[in-house]
Order: sequence, then structure tokens, then C-alpha cells
Amino acid sequence: MTTTSPPQPGADLQPARPSWPDATGHFGIFGGRFVPEALIAALDQLTEAYEAMRTDPAFLEEFARLQRDYTGRPSPITEVPKFARHAGGARVLLKREDLNHTGSHKINNVLGQALLTKRIGKTRVIAETGAGQHGVATATAAALMGLSCTVYMGEEDTRRQALNVARMRLLGAEVIPVTTGSRTLKDAINEAFRDWVTNVETTNYVFGTVAGPHPFPEMVRDFQRVIGDEARAQVLEREGRLPDAVLACVGGGSNAIGIFTAFVPDEGVRLIGLEAGGDGLETGRHAATITGGTPGVLHGARSYLLQDDNGQTIESHSISAGLDYPGVGPEHSYLHDIGRAEYRAITDAEAMEAFALLCRTEGIIPAIESAHALAGALKVGEELGPDALLLVNLSGRGDKDVETASRWFGLGDREDVDPGPGLDTEQQPTEGAVAAGDAVAGQEAGETA
Amino acid sequence: MSSKLADRIAAAKAEGRAALIAYLPVGYPTVEGSIAAMVAAVEGGADIVEVGVPYSDPGMDGPVIQQAVDVAVRAGVGMRDALRAVEAVAAAGAVPVVMSYWNPIERYGVERFAGDLAAAGGAGAITPDLIPDEAGAWLAAAERADLDRVFLVAPSSTDARLVSTTAACRGFVYAASTMGVTGTRATVSDAAEKLVARTRAAAPDLAVCVGLGVSNGDQAAEVAAFADGVIVGSAFVRCVLDAEDEAAGAAATRRLAGELAAGVRRHESAPA
Ligand SMILES: Cc1ncc(COP(=O)(O)O)c(C=O)c1O
Repeated sequence: MTTTSPPQPGADLQPARPSWPDATGHFGIFGGRFVPEALIAALDQLTEAYEAMRTDPAFLEEFARLQRDYTGRPSPITEVPKFARHAGGARVLLKREDLNHTGSHKINNVLGQALLTKRIGKTRVIAETGAGQHGVATATAAALMGLSCTVYMGEEDTRRQALNVARMRLLGAEVIPVTTGSRTLKDAINEAFRDWVTNVETTNYVFGTVAGPHPFPEMVRDFQRVIGDEARAQVLEREGRLPDAVLACVGGGSNAIGIFTAFVPDEGVRLIGLEAGGDGLETGRHAATITGGTPGVLHGARSYLLQDDNGQTIESHSISAGLDYPGVGPEHSYLHDIGRAEYRAITDAEAMEAFALLCRTEGIIPAIESAHALAGALKVGEELGPDALLLVNLSGRGDKDVETASRWFGLGDREDVDPGPGLDTEQQPTEGAVAAGDAVAGQEAGETA
Repeated sequence: MSSKLADRIAAAKAEGRAALIAYLPVGYPTVEGSIAAMVAAVEGGADIVEVGVPYSDPGMDGPVIQQAVDVAVRAGVGMRDALRAVEAVAAAGAVPVVMSYWNPIERYGVERFAGDLAAAGGAGAITPDLIPDEAGAWLAAAERADLDRVFLVAPSSTDARLVSTTAACRGFVYAASTMGVTGTRATVSDAAEKLVARTRAAAPDLAVCVGLGVSNGDQAAEVAAFADGVIVGSAFVRCVLDAEDEAAGAAATRRLAGELAAGVRRHESAPA
């Protein structure tokens, strides 16, 4: 593989970039542009404007100012020792993207793309959203910068992430529930593309992850790499060494690419992406695109995807709306194929076990997406043992997931359940969730003893 | 080395008219029903039939085509069924061309697709989400199998792209007349005529066929006045969607094809 010089601490878009993609957006055989010709002019315009903006000091200054004063960057690193006791005694550091304004890493990318929208003179932005975090971030940036905003969201997701629908509407965005296909993120993306091709004169598509046609995978990576640039410097400063492994959940892959990029040249650092295993890979009901999929073309790029023998996209399944996507960004497919990153699946039950554990041991409610990365840390910690240092991207906070989690754990307004102090896990279909409850109880006993 | 599509369009031109091109997706309401509708379109006067391969994520299509294709996808209809439809259209006397988003072709195997399509009597393929820049494997396979390849141009295409895209086409170039997805529209946009003129300037020897939005005889006549072919999709799909049964769907398709065939002949000029 090609190596780049180590990224500088602190972030701008200047640090040495990986040598991929090529000029037309290919990461090896992946990436590219598989879109109707009608969109090529807009993608070319975006590419050119982005290339000019990327090195423009005025833009870099404005972007850095927004990241600092508006988002609240740099986000801190938090060590979570009580959680880590369940991770084979490895040490676990969290990169706290959950503390960003709007509650996730999605704001990093959106501020960049919103500035770009203004630069190319467009007045309206559209976005797709799964968990609603990208939609909220886009609605936020639109409000800040005086752009009109329409967000497409699968009807199924509007139900399970109702809080975020309300947030977007409060911020002045129009939210359009999508009722075609699986009514989730994949179909929201289809609708957003249809809107874009119709209104491209006035409208910019603010894509939410490192997928889609060139230049989105590269541009979104560049906007998100601040996560890893900061984290690498922070870990070096506090530990005097690099982590043994960096872990992140992978939906489309933006928070993962964001934290991986700075570490790609550090060949001793394992990069581990955790995909949504849903009910388990063997059930076919999952969203583990690289672990369980094959290369193909979806939403404008070649990458791994979940597809049948006819090349039809298979509907994905995950408890996490933000990971419930049958595709993945092309750079992840590339990192997988060249062996630089590894990808594993985490089931719904494993993710919820880790979710509960972080809540109860550390007082941090993670997004269910991020809980997949936490579950990965529990496993990798067991494998690597007590001396290992793990860096986990906590991509978002779990406020939006409170209802889903309450239902999962049988909490909420059911009168026959005592909601505290322990989590009621009796209703759970899986051993994993029960084990979480036990583990937490055991933990508490240990604390008071 | 001769293009079935170009030949058929030239034959229409020799009659002083534009060619009529009908799109229908395979597998709605059933595979047999869709083949019957395609044959009916040929009987009504379609010169060329675009055999649509169902796809789960038809990003360029509006609600009408989405609705029909969704049924076909759920029924598991795929490339083999499309190739059967290609044979039926050829047997009925029109030129069949596959219309497919790229992934079903890639999944089937590009080489295998080209070989099987040629064997079924297909002219080639229209690939709405494949631009020539990404089409290396397909262009090579199509060349080997002597197949036509039709790419799209749009009002937003730069002059440079009109040149490079038309250079990669064989058979005709598909001029997507409006910025938007498939669906019927009340009026033909004036962008269409302008795009055709720009495309002709880029490729004087290539036939230019216009699609997106044409639904009746008047619009067909209007487009036929400046294009080499008139492509009609959603209006045909509507015929099948609205019909009570397959026979009624085929009858409505035949009727619409007849109206459109009259439309493309309305301003017959002296044979070219
Ligand atoms: C908190 C959080 N993490 C992760 C994701 C998944 O997206 P990506 O893989 O692009 O980071 C989402 C998407 O909605 C999210 O909200």
C-alpha cells in the first residue's frame, strides 16, 4: 500500500491525504460515478469548487472557526475504565463526537458542504437521513447559513427516530417521509437523487456519508478526517504512543473513515469497522455490507453491497436506523480488499448489551450506531488482552434512541415494570441482552463492595 | 458490423418520418403479460421496443415506472426473463433493445450479457446510469458481440461531453429532454429541441432520439419534427397499470402505439 506522511495534529484539510482516490474518484476498482448524465455537470461543478476551496485560506479559516465556535471542536477523549473491565481489561478511550453540537459527527461534514453550497451560489440544500442525525445537522447548517432545506427520510425511520423529525422541523427544514421500497435510508437516497436531478439549478445535494458518486466519498472523508487528526494527536499526547486498534461503526462509513484516515499510514494500528449484524449474519436479516455482501453498483458508486442474483438490492435490517443501509462507501471496500482495515458484524443484541453497559458504568448514553463500535471494543479487548489500548469513535449520543432502547429493555410506560434501578431484560429474546443486565448488576455490586 | 437500431431508424427516415420507440418493463403485471404488451406495441406501430430490466433502485424513474418495476422486482423477475422478451419482440418484427440500470448487467456478467443478448436477437442496450467514462468493460464486450450501445445526453451536458458521449454511442443517442425523472408531462419542454440541435452539431451522423415526457400523438408529432426517434415510456406503462386485465392492457398499449405511430407520421416529409 501507499503510505503518506503522518498527519499533523490539529485539523485542516491540508494534512497529507491518502493517494486514493484517483482523479476520477476510483479507489482501486471501487468508487467512480454511476449516475445519469444529467447529474454529471453538477458533480463536475462540485468537484471543481471543492478542489479550489480545499486549499483556500479564507475557507479554511472560516471552516476552522465554525468547528471551534459552533461545533465545539476539538472533541475530548474520555477514558472509560469501568466499561473497559468488560473488555478483557484493555484500556478504552472514547473520541467524543457525541459532544458536538447537534449530537454526532455528522455536523463536521455538513458545515463543509454548506459552505461549498454558498460558494457555488445555490440557495437550497437537500439531504437524505437514516437516524436523522445527518438531517438534523443539515437543517442546522441551513438555518445558520440561510439556505432552504428539504430532508428525505424513510417512513420507517421517521417513526423510530421521531425526536429528530421534530428537531428538523423546529430548525425550519421540510421533512419528506419516503414511502417507496424498504422505507429506509436507501429509498431516501433514491428520492433525494430524483429531487436533485429535477432541481439541480438551485439545489445542492448535501450527502451524509462517504458513499455516492465522486466527489462525495473523497470530500466527505476530507471533512470528517478532523476526528482522527485530533484523536491521533490527543492519544499521542496523553499516552505517548499510538493505540493498538481504532474502532468505529460503519453505516455508509463516514465516522469510520473520519477516525481511520489519520491512522492509515500507521501500519501497526489496526483499523476495525463494525457493521450492523442485525439478527445475525446467518439469518440474512442484517446490514453487514462488507462482511456479508458482494461488489456491485448502488447509489452512484461501485462498492460492496447486499444484492441478490439479479443484482437487486436486498433490504437491510438493523435496530440502528443510521446503520440500516445495504451499501457502504467505496473507500471501505478498498481498505478491506487491500487488507488495511478489517470489518466485523455486531448483532442488535450485542450492540444493545454494550449500549446498556456504557450507560450504567460510565454515565454516557451512546447512539445505538456507536454502540456497535463499543461492542466491537468488548470483543477486541478480550482478544488483545490487558495491555491493549483501544480508541473507539463514539460517533453520537443516544437521546434520539431513548424510545427504541426503552422498548428493547422493556422499560418505559409499562406499568408492570419497575424501570429502575436495574435494567429489566427478562423480555429479551437473546442471551446477550440478559448478560448485559447481569454484567451491569455485577459491576454495581463490585463498586459498592 | 451493422447497427440494428441505426438501420431501423434510417428506414423510418427513408419514409420521411421519425421512429417510434416504446419502453415497457419486463414483469409487469407478469412476465407473460409484459411480453404481450410489448408485442401489442409492435402491432400498433412501434419500430423499436426498449425492454426494461427491473431494478430495485430506479433513481431516474418517476412514480409510474417505479410502481410497475417494484412489482416485477418483488416477483424475482430478472435478466433471463428480459432476454425472453427480447426474443419475442424480435419475432414480432420490431428491434429490441435492453434498457437497464447498470447493476443487473454487472451482476449477470458483462460478457455473458453481451453474448446472450446478441444470441436472443437484441440490438444492444441503453444504460441510463452508466456514462461512457465508466463503460470500458461494456464497450469492449459490445464491440466483440457487435451490439449497439446507447448512452444519454441531457440539457446540462457540456458541449465537450456531447462530443465524448456521442462518440461512444452506436445505434442512437438518447436525448433526455428535461432535467428530471421519467413521467408524462403536459408539454414537451423547449429544452428538447435545443438539446437535439446541440447534439447534432456534436455528432452529425448519429441518430438522436428524444425521451422523457412524451405521452400522446400531438407531442409525438411535435418531437418527430426535430428528432430521429420519439421515445415513450410512462404513457405505455400507464396503459398496463390502469388496465383491468392483461388483455385490456395489451389492447390499450396497441391503441396508444397506433396514436403515436400516426403522430410520428403527421408531418411526413419527402423521403430522405
Ligand atoms: C451517531 C451516528 N453514527 C454513525 C452513523 C452511521 O453513518 P456513518 O457510517 O456514515 O458514520 C450515523 C448515521 O446516521 C449516526 O447518526
